[in-house]
Amino acid sequence: MKKTFSIGGVHPDDKKISAGCAIEVLPTPKTVYISMAQHLGGPAKAVVAAGDRVKTGQVIGEPTGFISAYVHSSVTGTVKSVGLRKDLAGIPVVHVEIDVEPDEWVETADTTDTLVTEIPQDPKFIVDRIKANGVVGLGGATFPTSVKLCPPPDKKADILILNGAECEPYLTSDYRIMIEKSRQIVVGAALMKRVLGVHKVVIGIEENKPEAIAKMSEAVSSLAAGSGDYAGIEVITLKKKYPQGGEKQLIDAITRRQVKSMGLPIDVGAVVQNVATSLAVYDAVQKNRPLIDNTITVTGDCFPRQSNVLVRVGTPLSYIIDSLGGIPENAAKAISGGPMMGKAIANLDAATLKGTSSILFLTEEQTRRKPESNCIRCGRCVEACPMGLEPFLLNKLARNGMTDELEQNGVQDCIECGCCLYSCPANIPLLDSIRIAKGEVIRIIRSRTAPKK
Amino acid sequence: MTATIIWTIAAITILGIVLAVVLYLVANKFKVEEDPRIDEVEKVMPGANCGGCGFAGCRAFAQSCVEAANLDNNYCPVGGNEVMKKVAAVLGLEVHEKAPMVAVVRCNGTCANRPVVNDYDGLKSCKVKAALYSGDTGCFYGCLGCGDCVSACQFGAISMDPETGLPVVDEEKCTACGACVKACPKKIIELRNKGPKNRRVFVSCVNMEKGAAARKACSSACIGCGKCAKACPFDAITVEHNVAYIDFNKCRLCRKCVVECPTGAIHDVNFPAPAPKPDKQAPKPAAKPVTPASAPAAAASPQTEASSAVKPVKPADARPAAKPEVEKKEE
Repeated sequence: MKKTFSIGGVHPDDKKISAGCAIEVLPTPKTVYISMAQHLGGPAKAVVAAGDRVKTGQVIGEPTGFISAYVHSSVTGTVKSVGLRKDLAGIPVVHVEIDVEPDEWVETADTTDTLVTEIPQDPKFIVDRIKANGVVGLGGATFPTSVKLCPPPDKKADILILNGAECEPYLTSDYRIMIEKSRQIVVGAALMKRVLGVHKVVIGIEENKPEAIAKMSEAVSSLAAGSGDYAGIEVITLKKKYPQGGEKQLIDAITRRQVKSMGLPIDVGAVVQNVATSLAVYDAVQKNRPLIDNTITVTGDCFPRQSNVLVRVGTPLSYIIDSLGGIPENAAKAISGGPMMGKAIANLDAATLKGTSSILFLTEEQTRRKPESNCIRCGRCVEACPMGLEPFLLNKLARNGMTDELEQNGVQDCIECGCCLYSCPANIPLLDSIRIAKGEVIRIIRSRTAPKK
Repeated sequence: MTATIIWTIAAITILGIVLAVVLYLVANKFKVEEDPRIDEVEKVMPGANCGGCGFAGCRAFAQSCVEAANLDNNYCPVGGNEVMKKVAAVLGLEVHEKAPMVAVVRCNGTCANRPVVNDYDGLKSCKVKAALYSGDTGCFYGCLGCGDCVSACQFGAISMDPETGLPVVDEEKCTACGACVKACPKKIIELRNKGPKNRRVFVSCVNMEKGAAARKACSSACIGCGKCAKACPFDAITVEHNVAYIDFNKCRLCRKCVVECPTGAIHDVNFPAPAPKPDKQAPKPAAKPVTPASAPAAAASPQTEASSAVKPVKPADARPAAKPEVEKKEE
């Protein structure tokens, strides 16, 4: 029987309409805007000023704390300005604006396509390269990868899980890289395996991607045949269910271990990385090439030119859309990310980030919320919640600001997957209110557990 | 039969007396010593238990007043100076009068001034909306229009104006408890001095973007040009982060800034006549309590005549009380 997580989950139509489109490299735009807040944690501090000339791959932002990451220039050119610019939610963030000239890479980077399969022996060397090249988790949260690969000394990982579930409908960027760059991903997995010192690596892929499963399995077996560094890596087929790509759900599906409330995967000995992160790790370590581009799916039922494009970080979304034929007439909403957890784009002039995975167009009919009616206590949200929470109750508590009760009912465990909202027959915006309450409760918990000064 | 009734009544009466004595003794034995003045103070409180003073309710406030050495740190914003005078009388303390305050909405982003650039479809709550994105207009700083302040107000003093999409404060009902200030995720509501005869001048914008960007998002945004600060004879205006702020303690209500402001972001409220300048638009009725949103008169561009009308008034002459009269004469 194919594995999946034990409780909750929904089965939205997977709509992988852009699955057949090979990754195209989009020409660089005339100007890029590189955000300094590309990752979870403290935004990077810009270390260039207007007028500076930068090369592709040069550091332009330095980390400002333990949880932060380097930001590199994705193009060669002249810095035009450093200042506030609106991100896709319309919130002003520091961006470095660069006028693009023909590419000239930093000397240290290896820009050839040859596959380097030899794994360096020193874990510190690998981590340093991952850190210096600004690799962050590309599964959505953009958590700095080097931090995740260095668990506290009292905790030891025994399994590395590569997330190739791509459970969100519409998204196909991970699928395409698994097909086109499968070997690089496996090398990346072996690199992280060396850092963590684990003997087991599982690449979990959902059953609706047979081609990716075949390609990845083939890459694993051919690499394992050549070197002992690749022993213990296996590909597992998962049953299709949303949100399989959630960290806790994937650990449950593959190892049957449960991460406890407010815990981290490392507490149960697991580290989860996305396949796209693995590819970035490969580039960073084997090629010393910073994370300056990523694959983005541009899709939607109303979008005629389905595409998977490789773009430089900082490319304006409007530029990508225009080069693919412009906004479809009947599109009502553009989303960055999948339809379940993605963020609506309020500002199409915003630039891509390292973690941008897609631009999705939905029609009025697909996206318009229906009027809210009363809760009929059908329990569908409870059934759907993959964290075993009671969304209808949390919603009521949240709307009345009952933080103590919210904490008792585990609102802090919500992963914001949207299953409750998706399954609610009364169209109650459950997640909207729960998300706010979760933020408040987590803040209260942190202030309580924070060491008193 | 009669005997039974009599016996029953007698037994219950005796039982009642015995229990009353027991209760009296117990009550005396376990009596909690409490300053009787707390009750007295509580009696003069408004009793809304709104928490505007920073305490859990009126009784907690009363207790704090009784325990405090002076009343400098305790103030009931709802009851205002009158209540504080009564409290001081009960406690035999002195009270420094505070100017009455009122909640002021510092956003001018009406539907007309601030075009909607996208469509918000989520839960109708400013808190939720602010957490998701910058809002459905080009202005990141302005009012989100979902009415969190309205539901936070216990006194029914705030309502949303359907025409402008902005909250309107009823200054008669507003007690300056500050609940709306806390509820607003964009921090556009401020408690300001009510001012003499309820007249006040304030910058109705908090947009910290550079002038051009602010103007693009909202036609009556503060663009941080600093003209008002230059015009102000009392140094009451500071321009920081591309937005002007009028210190209400320094402002003497001369309204020179109102005339100077090129975008009409500075509002004057409850003055007897529109700002002293000829107006292209129909002047609004002066007595009407003016809301930030409905002050189109102030938005008209300043004209030469208007400037000359103000020039004769020297800073020294512009005492707050005298100023409105000067204007009347000029009319």
